[in-house]
Amino acid sequence: MASDATPLLEVRDVTKSFGAVAAVRGVSFGLFGGEAHALVGENGAGKSTIVKMLAGVHQPDTGAIVIDGTAVSLGGPAEAQAAGIAVIYQEPTLFPDLSVAENIFMGRQPRGRFGRIDHAAMKTATERLFDRLGVRIDPDRPARGLSIADQQLVEIAKALSTDARILVMDEPTAALSGVEVERLFAVARTLCAQGAAVLFISHRFDEVFSLCQRVTVMRDGAWVSTDPVADLTVDTLVRYMVGRDVSALFPKEDVEPGDVVLEVDGLSRHGVFERVGFSVRHGEIVALAGLVGAGRSEVVRAVFGIDRYDEGEVRVNGERLSNGSPRAAMAAGLALVPEDRRQQGLVMELSIERNATLTRLGKLTRLGVLTGRGERSAAGDWADRLRVKYGRLSDAVSTLSGGNQQKVVLAKWLATAPTVLIVDEPTRGIDVGTKAEVHRLLSGLAAQGVAIVMVSSELPEVLGMADRVLVMHEGRITAELGRDAATEEAVMLAATGQEAAA
Amino acid sequence: MKTGAPVAEGQQATPTAEPAKTNGRTRFVQRLWVVREIGIAAALGLLVLVTAIDSPGFLSAPSIRDVLLGASILVILAVGQTVVIVSRNIDLSVGSVLGLVAFATGKLFLAAPGTPIVLAILAGIGLGAVCGAINGALVATARVPALVITLGMLYVYRGVDHLWAKGQQINAADMPAGFLSMGTSTLLGVPVLAFIALAVVLVAGMYLHSYRSGRELYAIGSEPNAARLSGIPVGRRVFGAFVVCGGMAGLAGALYAARFGTIDATVGTGLELEVVAAAVVGGVAIFGGSGSVYGAALGALLLTTIGTSLAVLRIDPFWQQAVVGGLILAAIGLDRLLALRVANRLKGRSSHGA
Repeated sequence: MASDATPLLEVRDVTKSFGAVAAVRGVSFGLFGGEAHALVGENGAGKSTIVKMLAGVHQPDTGAIVIDGTAVSLGGPAEAQAAGIAVIYQEPTLFPDLSVAENIFMGRQPRGRFGRIDHAAMKTATERLFDRLGVRIDPDRPARGLSIADQQLVEIAKALSTDARILVMDEPTAALSGVEVERLFAVARTLCAQGAAVLFISHRFDEVFSLCQRVTVMRDGAWVSTDPVADLTVDTLVRYMVGRDVSALFPKEDVEPGDVVLEVDGLSRHGVFERVGFSVRHGEIVALAGLVGAGRSEVVRAVFGIDRYDEGEVRVNGERLSNGSPRAAMAAGLALVPEDRRQQGLVMELSIERNATLTRLGKLTRLGVLTGRGERSAAGDWADRLRVKYGRLSDAVSTLSGGNQQKVVLAKWLATAPTVLIVDEPTRGIDVGTKAEVHRLLSGLAAQGVAIVMVSSELPEVLGMADRVLVMHEGRITAELGRDAATEEAVMLAATGQEAAA
Repeated sequence: MKTGAPVAEGQQATPTAEPAKTNGRTRFVQRLWVVREIGIAAALGLLVLVTAIDSPGFLSAPSIRDVLLGASILVILAVGQTVVIVSRNIDLSVGSVLGLVAFATGKLFLAAPGTPIVLAILAGIGLGAVCGAINGALVATARVPALVITLGMLYVYRGVDHLWAKGQQINAADMPAGFLSMGTSTLLGVPVLAFIALAVVLVAGMYLHSYRSGRELYAIGSEPNAARLSGIPVGRRVFGAFVVCGGMAGLAGALYAARFGTIDATVGTGLELEVVAAAVVGGVAIFGGSGSVYGAALGALLLTTIGTSLAVLRIDPFWQQAVVGGLILAAIGLDRLLALRVANRLKGRSSHGA
C-alpha cells in the first residue's frame, strides 16, 4: 500500500447535494488492490451516499470516481457492475417472488444451448457460493420470508458471484451471527489476497480492526482522516467520528420526572423483537439507541399500535392499551412522529396547513365541515411556534426543506397535545441548525411534562438529550443506562452486542 | 443450526431436524405453485364433468371444437397480457388494438386481394406491435402508471379505428377464402387457431421461464427498485413487454378477421377486461412478479368454457357474468390463502441460528 502505487479505485474530491442538504462535501480517498479499507462515521455522515456513487445510483456533482487511474462516469448500476464494482447494500434489495438462485444470478444467469438459462447450473453455482460462505439456504426457495440475516447472506453471495475487483460492503454484518461474520471475513480476505479491493462500512470497531488495513473517517459529509489501522485506537476513532463537544450541542433541561405514564411490559413480536420492557415518566426523555435494524422502530410502531404484537402489554397511566389500534393510542394521549416522514408522516402533495391539521380534523370541523379559516389559524400558530420557514401555508409540503418538513410533522402531532410523544429519528437528514431547534423543542416539551420516547441512531443526540438510554441489539434491550453511565463506548458496546457476551 | 455452531440452539426449536424439514417445506412450497395451475385445470375439469353429465352432447367433437375455437383468440391475448402484468404493468388497450388490426387486415385484403395469408398475419402482428410500442414508450418515459396510459390509448386506438372505418363494414366476401377457412378449419380434428394459440403459449412460456430478459420481467414486477439496482434496463424491458403484448393483440386481430369474416369498428370492444380476468383467474398476480402464461391460458379456456356450459346447462346468461366475477374473487382469495400458507411455512426458517 505504498502511496506512490496507483489505487485500484479512487474517490477524488467528490461532492453531492440533495436539495439544500450537502450529503458529501469534497471527499477523497483511495482503495488499493489487496486492501480492505474501512469507511466509518456516524449515521448521516455521508457513507451511504459514497456507496451509492460507487454503485452508479448517484452521480457526483463535482469530483470524480477514478478506476485504474482513469476517471470514469458510472451512469447506472449496470455500468458500475461492468467496471468491476459489486455492492452489498445496507438494506437488502431482493426480488421476493423469485428463487434465491435467481436473485443471485439475475441478469447473469448461466446459459446453455440457444441462450436458454441453465437452471441446473445456476442451482449448482448457488450451492457452491453458499458453501464458500458456509451457509445453508435452499437455492430454490423464494426470497420472500427470508430472515434479514439470510437476505444479507444472499446479497453477499450475489456480490461474490460477480467476481468483482472492487467489493463495497455497506454494513453487511449488522444482522449476522459471529460465525457468519468470520466466514464473510475469510472470503473477503481471500478476495484481497487475489488482488481485489474491499471497502467495508461498519459500526463495529472490532470488525474494522480485525478486517481492515486502513480506515477513512467521515463526519457531516466531509472527509476527516485516512489512517492505517495500526496507528489508531478505538478512542481516537470515536473522537474523529464525533469531533465535537457532545453536551454543548444538545441541551436537555433538567426536569424532575413525575409519575410513570407509559409502561411497556414483555412486548414481543416473533422474529422482530423479544420481551421488550420499559417505562417512561412525565418530563422524561428516554432514548432507544442501537444499530439500524435492531428493532427499535418496530418496537415503537407496536407500542403505538401500527403493528400488532404477539405478547406483552402496553399501559398508559395504568390503563391497558388495545393491541394494534393507533386510534386508541391517540385517544390515550400518544403521538408518534415516524421515521420516514416522506412516506409515513406527510402527504407530500398537500399544503402545509392541511398536513399540520390532519391529526385533529375532528376538533376543527363545524357541523362536520372543515372550515378553511380554522385550519389556517391553527396551522399558522404552530408554524410560528416551531419556526417553520415557509412561503405560504398553502404551499405543498414537498416544497419545504427536510428540516422544515420534520417540523410540520411535529406540529401535526403536537397539536394533539400528547402526554407521550414518540419520535423516531427526529433529526435524520436535517441540517445542524434545525437539529438544534428540534432538540430545543423536545427539551421544552419534556419540561412541560410530556413523556418522550426518542429513537435515534445518532449517538451525540442520544447522549445529549436522554435522561435514560435503552440500547437494543437484535430485537432485545441489552442495556439500560442512566444519564451518567451513558457514554459513547457503553452505548456502542451494548448496541453491537458485546456487553451481552461479556 | 446448519453450521452446527452452538449459536444455533438459540431460537430454533429443533435444530437437528432442520435439514430434513427444510427440504420437506421447500417441496411443499414448490407443490403449491404447481397446484395453482392444477387448481384451475381441476376447476375446468369439474365444470366439463358437470356439464357433460347433464348433457352428454357437450363432449362431442364439434362442441369441443367450438370451445377451443372460441378460446384461442382469448388465450393469445391473455399470453400477451401476462407478459405485461408480470412486470407490474397492465395493457388495457388490447381490445382496441385487436379491433384496429382486424379492420386493417380486412382493408389490406380489399386493397390487395392477392396478399399471401402469412404476410397478412405478419402485417397484423406488425401493426399491433407498433401500437404496443407506442404504449410502451409512453409508459417507460412518462412516469405515469400503465393503467392510465393504456386506458387513454384504449380510446385513442378505438377512435382511429372509427375514423378510418367511417361506418364501413368489411364482409367475408371481401377476404380470400383461404384466409377465412384458416379461421375455422381443423387439423386432426383440432382447430388450426387452437394450434396457433398453443404454439404462442409454449413459446411465451419458454421465453418467460428460460431467457434472461424474460426472468428480468419477473424481477421488475417483483421489486422495481431492486431491479434498477441490479442494473436491469427496466425501461427497455417494460417497453419490450408492451411490444410483445401489442404484437399478440395484432395476431389475435388478424385471426379474429379470419374467424368471423365480418368486421366493423366496434370489434373487440370490452375485450380487455375479459383478458385481464383470464390472466387473474389463471394466477397471474396483478401486482407483478408471479404467474405463468400456462395459468393465464388455462384461465382463458376456463372463462370460455363457462360461457358455453352455462348455455348448455340452460342457466340464465345473466348469471354468466356473476359467475366470472365470483371466479375472479375466488382466484384472488386462493392466491392470498396460498401466499399466507407459504409465508407461514417459511416463517422462522433461517440459516442463522441466533
